[in-house]
Amino acid sequence: MTVTKEESQEEPGEEPGADSGEGDMPEAYVPSQRRIERERHKRARARRATAIAALSTLVTGVVLYLVVVNAPGWSRTKETFFNGQYAREAFPKVLEGLWLNVRLLLICGAAVLVLGMLIAIARTLRGPVFFPVRALAAAYTDFFRGLPLIINLMIVVLGVPALRLQGVTVDPVLLGGTALTLTYSAYVAEVFRAGIESIHPSQRAAARSLGLTNRQALRYVVLPQAVRRQVPPLLNDLVSLQKDTGLVSIGGAVDAVRAADIIVGRSLNYTPYIVAGLVFVALTIPMTRFTDWITARMDRQRAQGGTI
Amino acid sequence: MTGTPVLRMESVRKTFGDSVVLRDVDLEVAPHTVTALIGASGSGKSTLLRCANLLEEIDDGAIWLDDEEITDPRADHDAVRRRIGVVFQAYNLFPHMTVLENITLAPRRVHGVGRAEAEAHARELLDRLGLGAKAGEYPDRLSGGQQQRAAIVRALAVRPRLLLLDEITAALDPELVGEVLSVVRDLKDEGMTMVLATHEMGFAREVADQVCFLDGGVVLERGTAEELFGSPRQERTQRFLRRIVEAGRL
Repeated sequence: MTVTKEESQEEPGEEPGADSGEGDMPEAYVPSQRRIERERHKRARARRATAIAALSTLVTGVVLYLVVVNAPGWSRTKETFFNGQYAREAFPKVLEGLWLNVRLLLICGAAVLVLGMLIAIARTLRGPVFFPVRALAAAYTDFFRGLPLIINLMIVVLGVPALRLQGVTVDPVLLGGTALTLTYSAYVAEVFRAGIESIHPSQRAAARSLGLTNRQALRYVVLPQAVRRQVPPLLNDLVSLQKDTGLVSIGGAVDAVRAADIIVGRSLNYTPYIVAGLVFVALTIPMTRFTDWITARMDRQRAQGGTI
Repeated sequence: MTGTPVLRMESVRKTFGDSVVLRDVDLEVAPHTVTALIGASGSGKSTLLRCANLLEEIDDGAIWLDDEEITDPRADHDAVRRRIGVVFQAYNLFPHMTVLENITLAPRRVHGVGRAEAEAHARELLDRLGLGAKAGEYPDRLSGGQQQRAAIVRALAVRPRLLLLDEITAALDPELVGEVLSVVRDLKDEGMTMVLATHEMGFAREVADQVCFLDGGVVLERGTAEELFGSPRQERTQRFLRRIVEAGRL
């Protein structure tokens, strides 16, 4: 990763030269000898950096390969974890299970955003009437942020059916989704609350001075800015949620992890786990890249002197 | 000065913790007049304006807006603020809205004006202040002077009874100060009632009907611009004005 960063740092060094060269055309600007020399030096340095990065990557790759392949248990490991035949068998089943993870992500993601926002707003309400609401919201976030997700899942997925309540679902998918939503709403509520509190009081003052009520100031002035500011951490939590949808398998729901589990149980070969893991990674990467892109874009906007 | 004052303050006291920011402040602002508050930083000018708009709660005394006591706890504070426009030193435009959206927010959401009507009024005001081309821009694409003029339009869009201007040129480059002050001059000619806290003494002398010199939270001296700038009675006022003259600002 550091290698690509180093390279991309070199590039802007060249770009401004090209840019301003174009922009200055009407003035018939001729770059000075000093500038040409400077840019030649920068290009040479960039080329050298790329060459070093490539060489270093190659060496690292070869060393890693040799270490793994020469490990005493490599042939056994290869057979148990990287078996082509089991991989081909597991892949379609895992993909089928993955559909459940995707649906869970979409539904829980939407529920988490709504619930998280409501809790965050509840915590910022003023006035004595709202004291119980504020206290409840605070207690909720404190509790569910502290409670390990896996324990929350076990309590909800295994504990609720044990109550044998009439009319309450025992579906592990619904219960698992509920547990995920409970935990993640607490995280997301804190993200939103931090966003709301980061908006400078002068914005609220300006809104109130125009005659907007407290609620209108929140809705039209504070929240839109807070949400915009919190997009990167929110996406971060959604990537995390996407991954954690795999945990609903503990209740027996057949998602990607459980699908792999079934084959492992039958064959005693762990390759399906590797397949499931890679599929999750493949699903997460686009989201992570999207997060990076949004973050970078917002940083750029801020760097341009925006007051966002 | 004739008619009921638009704004009247009586024995207003305001403290932040142990420090007394306003002490026994009396003020009367007649309709269609301009009152300038002058004084060193920290003398209480901004706090006085914030109290008048109920952004700060006063500790003692009373404030009337058109004969209605607005410091009565039973008064509808939102309704009071609807009648007062405020322009802040730091503009405080909403960065996520275009200039036009900034201006039409209050007319539409607070006063229930239709979108078309609100936008037409906003564009008319923008044109008058030379910002017609900037309606669709976001605030961060505007210069400081343009942002401050947009903030003035935003305050005017609700047709306020009274306009409070809190050191509106303090954050501007000298060459941008002029464009903002000429807007204030035009507003005075149109009969807008205004109270302004300012460090621009030349401007205060030119536009103000009444000038109040604040010192340590007290209105130490008040009078017409001529009286206060021409022949200040208090020794403190004289010293303050002398420093200003020495700094080349009068």
